[in-house]
Amino acid sequence: MLAKLRVGRFDPETSSPEPYFQEYELEVEDWFSVLDALIKIREEIDGTLSLRCACRASICGSCGMRVNGRAKLVCKTKLDSVWSPGETLTIEPMGNMPVITDLITDFTSFWDKVRQIDPYMQPTGPEPEAEYLASDESMVHLAGVMNCIMCGCCVSECTVLEVDENFIGPAALAKAYRFVADPRDGKAEERLKDLNEPTGIWDCTRCMQCVEVCPKDVDPMGRIMVMRDLAMEAGVKSTAGSRHTDSFVNSVKRSGRLNETRLTIESIGVMNIPGQLAMAPVGVKALLKGKLPPVRDHKIPSKKAVGEIVKKAEGKN
Amino acid sequence: MYEHDVLIIGAGLAGLRAAVESVRLGVDTAVLTKVHPVRSHSNAAQGGINAALTDRGDEWEGHAYDTIKGSDYLADQDSVEVMVREAGDTLIELEHMGVIFSRDEEGRLGTRAFGGQREARTFFVGAITGSAMLHVLHEQIMRNDVRIYEEWFVTSLIVEDGVCRGAVAMDMRTGEMETIRAKAVIMAAGGAGRVFEPSTNALICTGDGLALAWDAGASLMDMEMVQYHPTTLAGNGILLSEAARGEGAYLINADGDRFMENYAPEFMELASRDVVSRAEQIEINEGRGINGNVLLDLRHLGTKFIEEKLGYLQEVAVEFRGIDLGESPIEIRPGMHYIMGGIKTTIDGATVIPGLYAAGECANVSVHGANRLGANSLLDTIVFGKRSAIAAAEYVKTVGRNGSSDSQLESDKKRIQEILDRPQGIRWAAMRNELAESLTEGIGVFRDQASMEGADAKVDELRGKYPQVSVDNKGKVFNTDLIFALELDFMLDVAKSICQGALMRKESRGAHSRTDLPDRDDENWLKHTHVYKDPDGLGGVRTETSDVTITKWEPIERAY
Ligand SMILES: Cc1cc2nc3c(=O)[nH]c(=O)nc-3n(C[C@H](O)[C@H](O)[C@H](O)COP(=O)(O)OP(=O)(O)OC[C@H]3O[C@@H](n4cnc5c(N)ncnc54)[C@H](O)[C@@H]3O)c2cc1C
Ligand code: SF4
Ligand code: SF4
Ligand code: FES
Repeated sequence: MLAKLRVGRFDPETSSPEPYFQEYELEVEDWFSVLDALIKIREEIDGTLSLRCACRASICGSCGMRVNGRAKLVCKTKLDSVWSPGETLTIEPMGNMPVITDLITDFTSFWDKVRQIDPYMQPTGPEPEAEYLASDESMVHLAGVMNCIMCGCCVSECTVLEVDENFIGPAALAKAYRFVADPRDGKAEERLKDLNEPTGIWDCTRCMQCVEVCPKDVDPMGRIMVMRDLAMEAGVKSTAGSRHTDSFVNSVKRSGRLNETRLTIESIGVMNIPGQLAMAPVGVKALLKGKLPPVRDHKIPSKKAVGEIVKKAEGKN
Repeated sequence: MYEHDVLIIGAGLAGLRAAVESVRLGVDTAVLTKVHPVRSHSNAAQGGINAALTDRGDEWEGHAYDTIKGSDYLADQDSVEVMVREAGDTLIELEHMGVIFSRDEEGRLGTRAFGGQREARTFFVGAITGSAMLHVLHEQIMRNDVRIYEEWFVTSLIVEDGVCRGAVAMDMRTGEMETIRAKAVIMAAGGAGRVFEPSTNALICTGDGLALAWDAGASLMDMEMVQYHPTTLAGNGILLSEAARGEGAYLINADGDRFMENYAPEFMELASRDVVSRAEQIEINEGRGINGNVLLDLRHLGTKFIEEKLGYLQEVAVEFRGIDLGESPIEIRPGMHYIMGGIKTTIDGATVIPGLYAAGECANVSVHGANRLGANSLLDTIVFGKRSAIAAAEYVKTVGRNGSSDSQLESDKKRIQEILDRPQGIRWAAMRNELAESLTEGIGVFRDQASMEGADAKVDELRGKYPQVSVDNKGKVFNTDLIFALELDFMLDVAKSICQGALMRKESRGAHSRTDLPDRDDENWLKHTHVYKDPDGLGGVRTETSDVTITKWEPIERAY
């Protein structure tokens, strides 16, 4: 079978570096992954093509790239699942990270954000002589998050990171959850307090991108939502976070849907002028990208039903 | 020029465990690695890590015996004793750092059964044990702000007056070469799977550490001992963990028979790796295979159980082959998996070169002998990573100021410039394929004098042609083309040492299974093979043997 690949290239060593596409044609086998095809290019056709890969088995997290516009581990993506003979497959570097060369991106800010959440277990109390006792369920549950291989696919597609580079982002927040939910960690409350600040758990717009592209089913958004609940439960009040939820509830009550713009304004506090100004660039950027929702609520048809749900939920509390 | 007290080359489990210890001891420490730490191949370990926890009735003697028997009596028994006695404490240390090991009903660490052992003493995290450990050690590195030279590639060790004093490396991001001086170097650069094809190893496992130390004058010991894993995916050799068999999977042939009945009636599928690999190869050779493979059958375990306990395995089967393991068996065959041989060290990680330590898969403390037990390698990396850091910390106290010569840097720069300047010649990938094919053929599951000589001659031929290898990429930033060409140079050295070790050993033992000399010969060959690089020696090498250390366990026939 002959395959055609359109590959994103970037050579930082030219006098005025610009990204461009290069097309390659090559023979492929039916068991090929996208990575197999790229390796074949690099080994047999064009050694100047640079990319990262190591394990070939979706465990090292090296090979995140955009395949037809969406971040994927190319080793785990069978060629015939994204391409059919006659078509051209497009491969580009991941988004929301600077490109170093060709398909290789710079993970510096990715890891800085992981560092930001104090990514190590902090038990309190005396260390036991043997292991810490913990239920198997709790460990199996955490394994769902430890499954994260730090590949960056979620970060590549996160819609908030696209407009606000300060957002801690899905990967680091999922990592934070791994400690918050670890029965052996003694700092859950402090962690939640920190995560409650701007750029933390309340900045996610629940766009689901991270959940959809994650190759390891880590479900970053789901973890973020659980941490919101935990923060509320822990009574981490009078912060951007809880104001956010009040605004959220009000918004849903008013219109039956979430008004993201009002939400942002209300979360920071309408009277908090510096805070509002700090957010302004994000709003402006979002507007420029056509992502800013209107300030006036659009009502949705089933508003009454939503109202019922809200009432029920409030009644239950 | 950079300077540190201890420079650790490699950021897999051995390197990171060494770094954590070194920092804890207050030593000025740096780690240098050609990939980001969590991309290191240790992340691929699925099954688990062995330890005999004495507080639950398991005894270290049992673990030692299983290890020594598994090694076909080639392991040094004093080294094994150190490893298994320290296993419990090192495991608990990992748990305290945060590794989410699986638990039993009481909330204590739970175990699973693994090949070649009579007790279930393998601790694990689902099917992601290595990854879970590596990420937690990396957390400790972040916590302690350890200096990491990330995506730097070592091209040489610096040896002055017979003493190791650092390394020369390339910052892959800029292409600049630098001297990094250190009072002690710990080599933890991992395995060499890519010298073979197929292999379960990552594309980065090119034996750099073995070749670097060999070039510096170290002994490569028992290099003929190459482990073939019984269950690697047909085609590209991705591993299907032994945990599958630990949890009860069957091996069946084309007739649907559980053929292990004929080879290891007591242990069945859980016999030692070399035994199972050979059984499979015989089944295949005698026509009871399917397209050169046999089948791994998990159907009786049920999809739910498989997904819960062996999630990653199911992921591989579904994503890479479109097979649900609960529904149908999967084609597998033996594939190169691990190299028992390596840089000879003492139980403190010291090599024959003062200032050079080694740990992990590139080292040979002689705990695996002629065949490594599943889940003993992670233990090896952790125990001896830590021990080598402790020994290096003591050693650096005795070393005065480091030198300042740039001569190694200059000669490496020149060598690399020559490759870049070379017009179109041989593609490195073509030569690597040729090398891997001939090694797999000559030093395979079964081997004989002629096959080994054939591989050795091929390596010499390719070595002769290496100066014609050229690269397309002449740039500086992330020139992976150049890195691969440099790795191939290392691979040729590693291949040579493997062939020479294999040709020395005139018997069959563990993984070294000669059809022309099928018996173990304890009278003459309770011995280690050593290969040194020596430009004046025959074929550029010098060889010698040394005795195996036997303490309590007298060699007996090995049956499963
Ligand atoms: C698929 C698979 C599954 C396995 N499962 C198990 C298991 O269940 N239990 C078990 O006990 N063992 C298992 N093993 C074996 C075990 O995982 C390895 O032996 C062990 O992890 C090796 O660790 P290491 O630290 O020595 O090397 P690695 O983790 O391979 O690390 C090597 C490091 O050296 C660096 N490096 C190499 N060359 C250079 C250079 N030139 N310059 C700079 N840096 C360099 C790399 O960047 C890397 O950081 C498995 C192996 C494989 C392949
Ligand atoms: S759900 Fe939240 S974290 Fe995930 S991609 Fe969307 S905004 Fe980012
Ligand atoms: S959460 Fe998923 S997509 Fe994001 S870094 Fe981890 S494994 Fe990759
Ligand atoms: S190569 Fe390791 S995840 Fe794709």
